[in-house]
Amino acid sequence: MSLTVENLTVYYQTLKGVVQALEDATFSLDDGEIMGLAGESGCGKTTLGTSLIQLSGRMRYIKGKLALDGQELPIWDNTAMNDFRYKKVSLIPQYAMSAMNPTRKIGMLTRELIEAKKVDFNQVLPELKRRLELVELPEKVLNMYPIELSGGMKQRMVMVLSTLLNPSLLIADEITSALDVSTQKAVMEMLGEFRDRKYVKSMMIITHDISVLYQIADSIMVMYAGQLSEKAAAETIIREPRHPYTKMLIAALPKIGVRYSEQVLSGIPGKPPLLLDPPAGCRFRERCPAAFGKCLQAPPFKEVQKDHFVACWKEFERHA
Amino acid sequence: MLRLNDVSKTYRVGTFGGQLLHAVRHVTFDIQDGEVISLIGESGSGKTTIGRMILKLTSPSSGTIEYNGADIAGIRKSGLKDYYRQVQGIFQDPFSSCNPIFKADRIFQIMHEEFFPHVGKDKWRAKLDETLKCVGLNPEHILNKFPHQLSGGQLQRFLIARALLLDVKFLVADEIISMLDASTRIDVLNLLADLKKYGLSILFITHDLSLGYYISDRSVILYKGTVVEFGATGKIYAKPLHPYTQMLMASIPHLDKKWTQIRGELGGKTNGSLEGCAYYERCPLPGKGQQCLASVPPLVEIEPDHMVACCCCEK
Repeated sequence: MSLTVENLTVYYQTLKGVVQALEDATFSLDDGEIMGLAGESGCGKTTLGTSLIQLSGRMRYIKGKLALDGQELPIWDNTAMNDFRYKKVSLIPQYAMSAMNPTRKIGMLTRELIEAKKVDFNQVLPELKRRLELVELPEKVLNMYPIELSGGMKQRMVMVLSTLLNPSLLIADEITSALDVSTQKAVMEMLGEFRDRKYVKSMMIITHDISVLYQIADSIMVMYAGQLSEKAAAETIIREPRHPYTKMLIAALPKIGVRYSEQVLSGIPGKPPLLLDPPAGCRFRERCPAAFGKCLQAPPFKEVQKDHFVACWKEFERHA
Repeated sequence: MLRLNDVSKTYRVGTFGGQLLHAVRHVTFDIQDGEVISLIGESGSGKTTIGRMILKLTSPSSGTIEYNGADIAGIRKSGLKDYYRQVQGIFQDPFSSCNPIFKADRIFQIMHEEFFPHVGKDKWRAKLDETLKCVGLNPEHILNKFPHQLSGGQLQRFLIARALLLDVKFLVADEIISMLDASTRIDVLNLLADLKKYGLSILFITHDLSLGYYISDRSVILYKGTVVEFGATGKIYAKPLHPYTQMLMASIPHLDKKWTQIRGELGGKTNGSLEGCAYYERCPLPGKGQQCLASVPPLVEIEPDHMVACCCCEK
């Protein structure tokens, strides 16, 4: 087990009150597993991703236990996390396009980053060049400013930067959303290759695009309004989803072969609840066609089949 | 109803405007009444520029755009208002398309005063309610609200309603789906498709091929400002002929099959050659050669309603 998370709860402190952005998340990640994290905007995907690396000013750790490679991951302690950040847990941020300091040449920026972690840059340099070649960037980018690179090139540069010290866990937050289909494919395949070459032990890819996840991820975890809904192998999530939200989400995806004139797809009526004061129980209750009395209690995230976790009372009944 | 005739747009770029960027090159196509055409291409392929030219936000460097037979370059002043009454655009980011300090009512009120000064207040209000309902919004949830109080999907529908309030005949929808969540995007898409019934023509600009396939009757595939393939959507998707279209199709993430083993291509870094085929450098076809560089390959009709601009692909 590369990463285990138990009952992780993270809230945001705002002027209006406490936003319950992540509630009781329990899951684990195997060595070499690429897990996709999917959900609508505002469902807590990014909160889950960033809380594994740094709690920003307004984020409050409430409870939960985390372990990375058998070692406790002290996310509540900002200073203690310094030993983990970048070396053990690394992040490709949502806006990788603007992730690099525009006033530094890329080579200099990399050197500063590496040396800040007390690693000798010259030792890393040959590996850095090898990886640049892998992502099809010329070595001369090290002598360029970030502004001289195109969006896709910056994205790849940040990928190399983030994984240079071979972290155990890489969190990739919406890295392909701004890219064209062909570049998107190339970037995703490079992530897979990074894993195959053991540069990164396991990966969490956060995106709202399930069809991209299906291409590359081993498993997919779906979130809704701060709660985990379902986690299973990618194939299972697409073919046999169990949670009503996952079912509706997948049915709403336009695919090649489906045309409006022949088959009208439908969205999910309603909208997600506000997390400032979310309703008790299952948060999908109001939009769920299968909701019944028991949904007033929050369902646990339970394994109904091997490696298939669902949080839905209806599903538990079916398997009881 | 709308026709682009050999339209080109060249921007001056660089420090002193010394370099030329050919954003759109000799594009010709037409859009019929009540038709949805999707304009598909990667970033930098000139999709948005074409949309902007139709909306008269920029003027073409050469070529003409005809709306109902008249060149739109000649429309000025009072004519412009009439033009915008019929031709409207909706853009990617709904939040930046609204004045953030105006409430929804005020936006509608301005429209009332500007475009329909002769319509009575009650009549206008009835029309407004009807239009909002038509796009699936509850007027009470929308009126008296600031843009930031609405969700992205609501706001995008609100903008469609704003366009529909005018007697709009032609809508330029520029990436309007990309900012929306999977659960709401399909509703907006269905709404657009429904509007076809009212005889509305839509230019649907997107980089997402599956969205284009879902909604459009015909598709235009653009690469570096040139049309590389054009025709009925079903035919293009069933049998893509141009190597660029084929590459795009292979890169679509499908839910029923995984990517095949060919590597994804990284976007072209060059401007594309001017004299010959713009795709020459990235073209994987074995038959490519001097004939590709000699002149820009013309659009050739391969089968009815399916044209491709490539001199070496199998036909």
